[in-house]
Amino acid sequence: MVGIVGYGTHIPRSRIKVEEIAKVWGADAAAFKKGLNLNEKSVPAPDEDCATLSVNAARNAVKRAGIDPQDIGAVYVGSESHPYAVKPTGTIVSEALGACPYVHTADLEFACKAGTEGMYIALNLVKAGEMPYALAIGADTSQGAPGDALEYSAAAGAAAFIVGAEDLAAELVDTHCYMTDTPDFWRREHAHYPQHGGRFTGQPAYEKHVFGATNAILEKTNMKPEDFDYCIFHQPNGKFPVNAAKKLGFTEAQYKYGLLSPTLGNTYSGSSPMGLAATLDEAKPGELILLVSYGSGSGSDAFIFRATERLLEIRDKAPRVRKQLDEHKIYIEYGAYAKFRRKILKAD
Amino acid sequence: MKVPRHWRETPQRYRMEAGKCSKCGSIQFPGRVICPDCGATEMETVKLSGKGELASYTVIRVAPTGFTDLAPYAVGVVQLEEGMRVMGQVVDCDPDNLKIGDRLTTQFRRINEEGKTGMILYGFKFVPDLGL
Ligand SMILES: [Zn+2]
Repeated sequence: MVGIVGYGTHIPRSRIKVEEIAKVWGADAAAFKKGLNLNEKSVPAPDEDCATLSVNAARNAVKRAGIDPQDIGAVYVGSESHPYAVKPTGTIVSEALGACPYVHTADLEFACKAGTEGMYIALNLVKAGEMPYALAIGADTSQGAPGDALEYSAAAGAAAFIVGAEDLAAELVDTHCYMTDTPDFWRREHAHYPQHGGRFTGQPAYEKHVFGATNAILEKTNMKPEDFDYCIFHQPNGKFPVNAAKKLGFTEAQYKYGLLSPTLGNTYSGSSPMGLAATLDEAKPGELILLVSYGSGSGSDAFIFRATERLLEIRDKAPRVRKQLDEHKIYIEYGAYAKFRRKILKAD
Repeated sequence: MKVPRHWRETPQRYRMEAGKCSKCGSIQFPGRVICPDCGATEMETVKLSGKGELASYTVIRVAPTGFTDLAPYAVGVVQLEEGMRVMGQVVDCDPDNLKIGDRLTTQFRRINEEGKTGMILYGFKFVPDLGL
């Protein structure tokens, strides 16, 4: 049996409200809030990036796992905002954690799915008996083009999971993946902002893959939506995951703990993994959790976890997601946001 | 080219590694080859907690190259739980509201970058200890 031995998250303290962004572009804030179920999003400080978010989240995961970082055999960082085009984020993270030098690292990229991609690889490496522990991180400081719909949701945050084969806080029950070549969202080399297919990102992209992976894992395990205590679907906004849950036959009681996007935004590679972390903050021993990610391009990874007694022991060894999300927020205006996110052209 | 110097400082900047004298137990940060208290040369590596109290600070309003976008920001001298004092930037706070004695902890942050194409320097910075 393999599963999660420790988890941790990091959310930057700054927030910007939908009204503040809409004001600048002459957009209808009420329409965004109602239409996309978005109220505000996290904004990274000027000295935060994918590497720093990853390290701070991973340190919380190490605290919960209570392991020696030297025992971590692999470190995978999933992101679409790696700080360097060429130079791994994984080595920075491994060095900061004290996992070097006997460790395998790789940077993964698959739009919003890169975080669960790392989890999939980490779980299977441990299952194969290659290493006692592996670390998978989903972290992003995503950018939407100024004035684009994505600017209201592109947020920053990270979730880290240490997987192992003993002392599990959540056991892995099963996995299933679903991928096709779907051009709904991309960013070319040297392009600062991504492009997306507008409405095409909905049904033929997000729903097709999320539903495909969910139905496949339910069939594989011979389970029904009502067998689960919790579900987490990728959260590009507050609307898509709620609609997906309802169409698939899940209820608000199952998705409410994992649904963070209405006040967090979309943390891309960190999105559904942070929802899993928030659910682990609440789950009771024996309860079942369904996690389904989505990454444009496109694909979904589905996982089923079962919480154990140990989850109760490790939970309070690091800050909970809701604490990081709801407390000590710093609200900023668009000017500071544009400066923080380097949207202002300066003289060289 | 500051790359080799940055790289050499990785253990202290990334992990707050200090040197503890095997003979008298005094801790030096960053670590040293010879203990300044007893002259012994047997040092072991220990990791500092990064937690402590603000002992003194100044607010930088006219910042040097590479830090101008962060101004105004605070640089503090922090009395760590382990007993020694360490200097570092204090972020995620209004520098004008800092007080001597404030409880601080550390986070991993971007320190500086060598222009748009150079290396990015990372390390610890102090933040208010809010249990986040
Ligand atoms: Zn000594």
